Amino acid sequence: MTIAPERPPQSPPAAQPPPPPGPERRRRTGSLRSTDVYAVLGAAAASLALTWLLFARLLPFSGAVGFVLVAYALFLGLYALLVSFDEDGPAVRDRIAGAVVRSLGLVLLAVLVFVVAFTLWEGREALVHLNFFTEDMSLAGPLEPLDVGGILHAVVGTLEQVGIALALTVPSGIVCAVFLNEVPGPFARLVRTIVEAMTALPSIVAGLFIYATVILALGTERSGFAASLALSVMMLPIIIRAADVVIRLVPGTLREASYAMGSSRWRTVWHVVLPTARSGLTTAVILGTARGVGETSPVLLTAGFTAELNALPTSGAQVSLPLATFELVKSPEPNMIARGFGTAAVLMLLVLLLFVLARIAGGRGPGQLTKRQERRRAEASRKDAARQAAGHRGASGGSASAPSRSTP
Amino acid sequence: MTTETLDPLPGPPSGPPSGEPAGPPPDTPRRLHADPGLPDRVFRTVARTGGGLVLAVMLLVGGFLLHRAWQALDRAGASFLTTESWEPDAGRFGIAAVLLGTVLIALVAIVVAVPLATGAALYISEYAAPRLRRTLVSTVDLMAAVPSVVYGLWGVFWLEESILPIARWISTYLGWIPFLRVDGADPDDPLAPPTVYTSSTFVAGLVVAMMVAPIICSIMREVFSQAPAGEREGAYALGATRWGMIRSVVLPFGRGGMIGGTMLGLGRALGETIAVYMVISQVFTIQWHVLQTGTSSVSSLIALRYGEATPFGMSALMAAGFALFVMTLIVNFAASSIVARSRSGATSDA
Repeated sequence: MTIAPERPPQSPPAAQPPPPPGPERRRRTGSLRSTDVYAVLGAAAASLALTWLLFARLLPFSGAVGFVLVAYALFLGLYALLVSFDEDGPAVRDRIAGAVVRSLGLVLLAVLVFVVAFTLWEGREALVHLNFFTEDMSLAGPLEPLDVGGILHAVVGTLEQVGIALALTVPSGIVCAVFLNEVPGPFARLVRTIVEAMTALPSIVAGLFIYATVILALGTERSGFAASLALSVMMLPIIIRAADVVIRLVPGTLREASYAMGSSRWRTVWHVVLPTARSGLTTAVILGTARGVGETSPVLLTAGFTAELNALPTSGAQVSLPLATFELVKSPEPNMIARGFGTAAVLMLLVLLLFVLARIAGGRGPGQLTKRQERRRAEASRKDAARQAAGHRGASGGSASAPSRSTP
Repeated sequence: MTTETLDPLPGPPSGPPSGEPAGPPPDTPRRLHADPGLPDRVFRTVARTGGGLVLAVMLLVGGFLLHRAWQALDRAGASFLTTESWEPDAGRFGIAAVLLGTVLIALVAIVVAVPLATGAALYISEYAAPRLRRTLVSTVDLMAAVPSVVYGLWGVFWLEESILPIARWISTYLGWIPFLRVDGADPDDPLAPPTVYTSSTFVAGLVVAMMVAPIICSIMREVFSQAPAGEREGAYALGATRWGMIRSVVLPFGRGGMIGGTMLGLGRALGETIAVYMVISQVFTIQWHVLQTGTSSVSSLIALRYGEATPFGMSALMAAGFALFVMTLIVNFAASSIVARSRSGATSDA
């Protein structure tokens, strides 16, 4: 009785319905009733009024935060009271829990959206200047207006560092993930455990490692290449784990079918496992990239800081987007802070772009095809059918039945 | 000799007994062996080499950290865990203050993030309209990928000011709880400077909470949505309300995922650097009072001191980093074993 109110049993759809009721009315299957809406609205109005009364007339309270908290608590109490007029205990608890869960969820989502919107909004002053994307900061002192200087050097640095890190991590990461799944054994278990452990490595410690080895021990200067090494140390376990999960999801029957056709292991991996897992692998790589693009702490220790465009990753300091943000907002000048927010907004947009790419590439399980892939397969199988029909030219039934063969 | 006479059956494959009369040679176990061919041998070698290479890199990182940290740990001994100050060149250094600060920030973050993440995960998986659900899932997943420097900006430029009234309210009315007290604050003086409340563990914890909440939320949502439909419908058929169904089916089913997700979030919160570094002002004393200005964390210690460190100071920083690594490692392994052992993990791990 707490789920839905009882309704009169419907008349069975007999062969000869009695004519008087007219056409059968459509039943509403939604569970929302008007009394629910009235209870919510009434409780909200009452709690706002009561809180105003408390704050303005009765008690020495003040402040917007306190107002919201008191109003919310009063709303829950009043809502429970209103619902309890015509429902029993479990239904009241259900309504209260529903209200609390909904508000918690909306608060979290609202805060998260606010964090991003705040950055974009604060960055709007810097973003509208075109020179922000085409110049570096070498000519822009702290007091220069926003139409001088930009973050081209940071964009170039980010692209190069992440590019090198990807060139190092993607092949080794995917080979390692293939190894974990296709050559099982005690050694693979050991590698998997160690990789899992290394995902716990704090990013600053990855930076500290490269700083201590490449820069202090080998004596090279801070450079974009050192930064990309630090990013690689951090991204490698992430990419391996994600790729491992994706490859594990490839159905075993596909592999067995391939073995049963007599193909060798590497042919199975190359022609069955990797193509099946391709969309998932792409997603894994893109999400790993998104993590790497935004990391500041490994880059902070290894890349150095410069205001000039340095397109050569192997020599000299090279700055990246998160590092530029971090350094720019340290300045007390409002223009530099606006540039910092603009840089953060560009970084955010880059992550957003990567994420959208991941959604387009992924989101499909292994074996699911896009429209285009489906069409291409249908085309290929039609060609096969035509060839077979040409082979048995004598047989008349073959060509008729072949096109109806279902495509995978 | 005696064994041969006692055992007339075909002996071990090492060799037939010499006394037997000549006949068909006894059966020996065949070695099962399939020649994979050259390409497959190459493939296996390449795969093994790849795995071994990754293993070598990982072990190199861990081993190098331990090796360099050993110098400092050896010199400091047990006092490494009890000393508060950080002056490695004077011989007085320890992680008591920074480790406590790290743990407190992470605890504040978890206390704030877990209820929010649980509510959001339940809302997305149980309450939201199916059409809205996909958008919400994407939003939360995107938020997990937002760079930490963006959260740091938000914390420094918005949260720090906006949170002052709440911090002041808590310390005024709940200040009798020891860890919520703020020394030097005078609630009766409306003109008292609010700086005693800024850059505190509480603010840093809130920023980190916003960073880890999406991660926790997406793990919990994944687990909640795997609760078996049959048991859900069973609960409804027995007359349960929606909340009754959640309490008796979804939450017990997802308990392992909830604990595991929380601990993974804790692992992230412990290692977070930049957002914390931007928000806090580093002090090297044990600071229990979470609302009071000044706190510390291991990762921001490294970010602060790496540049001016002598070789021995570097070794001390390595030791601090290694301690942090060990802590997150324990938390992560505990999390993954809990998730794997729970009923919910059993289905997702297939």
